Amino acid sequence: MASAEHVKQGFMLSKKHKAGLLNFLSAQGILVFFLICMFAFSLFSEQFLSQSNIMTVVRQASIIGIIAVGVTVVIIGGNLDLSVGSMLSFATVLVVDLHDKIGPIGAILVMFALTLMLGAVNGFLVGFMRLNSLIVTLAMLSATQGLVLIYSGGQNVDIANQSETWFSVFGRGYLLGIAVPVIIFALLAIIVQVVMSITGYGRRIFAIGGNPVAAVYSGIRKNWCVFSTYLISAFCVACAALVLGSRVMGSQNNVGQGYELLVLAGIILGGTSLLGGAGSIWKTVIGVLILGFIQNGLLLLGYPYYTQWLVTWVIIILAVWLDLANKRKRLLTRHS
Amino acid sequence: MIDMKRFISGGAFIQPIWVFVIAVTIFFSFTSDYFLSVGNLTNILVQTSTIGLLALGMTYVMINGNIDLSVGATLGLAASLSVGLQDYGLTVAVLAAIATGVVLGALNGLLVWKTGVNAFIVTLGAMIGVRGLIFVYTEEQSFYASNFAFSDFGASTIGPIPVLAIIFLLCTLVMHLVLKKTGHGRNTFAVGGNPEAALDAGIRIGRNMMINFMIVGFFAALAGVLLATQMGASTPNLGRDYELWTITAVVLGGTKLTGGHGSITGTLGGVLAIGILRNGMNMMQVPAFYVLVILGVILITVLIIDQKINLKSSKGVQA
Repeated sequence: MASAEHVKQGFMLSKKHKAGLLNFLSAQGILVFFLICMFAFSLFSEQFLSQSNIMTVVRQASIIGIIAVGVTVVIIGGNLDLSVGSMLSFATVLVVDLHDKIGPIGAILVMFALTLMLGAVNGFLVGFMRLNSLIVTLAMLSATQGLVLIYSGGQNVDIANQSETWFSVFGRGYLLGIAVPVIIFALLAIIVQVVMSITGYGRRIFAIGGNPVAAVYSGIRKNWCVFSTYLISAFCVACAALVLGSRVMGSQNNVGQGYELLVLAGIILGGTSLLGGAGSIWKTVIGVLILGFIQNGLLLLGYPYYTQWLVTWVIIILAVWLDLANKRKRLLTRHS
Repeated sequence: MIDMKRFISGGAFIQPIWVFVIAVTIFFSFTSDYFLSVGNLTNILVQTSTIGLLALGMTYVMINGNIDLSVGATLGLAASLSVGLQDYGLTVAVLAAIATGVVLGALNGLLVWKTGVNAFIVTLGAMIGVRGLIFVYTEEQSFYASNFAFSDFGASTIGPIPVLAIIFLLCTLVMHLVLKKTGHGRNTFAVGGNPEAALDAGIRIGRNMMINFMIVGFFAALAGVLLATQMGASTPNLGRDYELWTITAVVLGGTKLTGGHGSITGTLGGVLAIGILRNGMNMMQVPAFYVLVILGVILITVLIIDQKINLKSSKGVQA
């Protein structure tokens, strides 16, 4: 496990002996936070810790989770991807609409191909043209939203035959008692985590996010690496669209609107720095699950949907602050 | 000979975005007879005043090297407050709405300053949270203004020029002068250009950033109130996606995301460019769906041109 993040953490722990407990809490902050949340909710609601509720939350969180796995890779590489929400709308509308027209296999293939192409555009502009990823993906957010509306003519799309087929397995099926979306989520997370932590490719992404200039001087082909992270992100979005499309068997034009924010919230909660060069997939998984459990917990306690947003805000700030105690003090906090 | 490079990069007397504004104006004046009418031009000014006001504050924040994603939500909250509190009197309602904007901005600034958390994260959280506040406050209802003085204000004119346009242009002038002529403006550039050096030079960079977040909060709230006067109502979803348009306008105007570079005149050009494009394409009856794609393409094209100019001046490894 030679990721930059582990090196960093090891360094930090050996350096700070003074504030032992606080230090441990902040190093494992997100995990501790997760357990506290789970405990608090289980006190107030009996259903919360039931097996069926936990399975439901995990299944619901899996779509955001699948996307978050890909975006985490982009962020570790030092960039951002805000276009995933629009891309999710695009891919879901595409796969649902083509399902009846050219058959499920063709629909899935075309959807993956076109979504990867959108990712390639992002990757080309950020990787090779070296444009600011925030602006590029913001522009892609609006452009892709337009593409969806042009394609669908502003109409919602539906699959005519709503009965269970092999296509509906991706969203509705169960394998050995576990929901298929959860299996896809887990598989993707494990594969990407392994790639990021033990392969040379993963190390290169960490290096580029940590110090791009040094990475280029040490012979890493930065352009291609950045390009590839956007393909990974697009691939994950396509997987999420497959799950979403087959679960709902239909799609609205704006089905993915706002997903980029939920995804980012999950990643940030997981403690991945937006500055790049640090982070891990499994922490993102925990971050996404926390979001899911908090929303579910508040729902069970009878709080309305919008209160969950407020709580989400407070939690994001809290989590990042906690996480920052673990990092070196930034310039701003010096004494300005 | 005009130095083309300086000309394009905005070093010369005219900024590239204004070339673009003039070009699209000429283009649309050929495609529609009504485009160049006084009525339509003032119409464009009124239409752009909302995004324009947001963009004025955003320019300061972005020159500072930060970003504010919560402006759309703040706008929505201020609009709802300015209509919803009218039982307590118009003045109270408007003042409360604007104060809320300033306080939310101060909160953003304080969090960025005191915690050192990236402004992107802080305001992303604020964007979600403030939108939550709107729903808590409005209970998902639209509000309608009962006081006609309020809704009349949005439609009023001084001579032939709408009041909203005058407010926007006045604010633009003030913000331009503050940025160019005052110490606060200079410090804003210094902090964005090199925070380390700014700190060493004795500039209180945290305070500077916080003031700029308060400014953008103020303008977001003002835009919200003015938008509510225009519609005589407010909806909980008001201002959604406005942060995207605002950032697009500011970036089109040549302000760098990395901080330390930008201008109000450029932002005015960016705002007008978007306003003219939307209005003109509307008149050409281009479907709204295509406008989204076209604007995305234009934004990326401008970025590429900008990048090409800057690349020539810095050879070697690019981070």
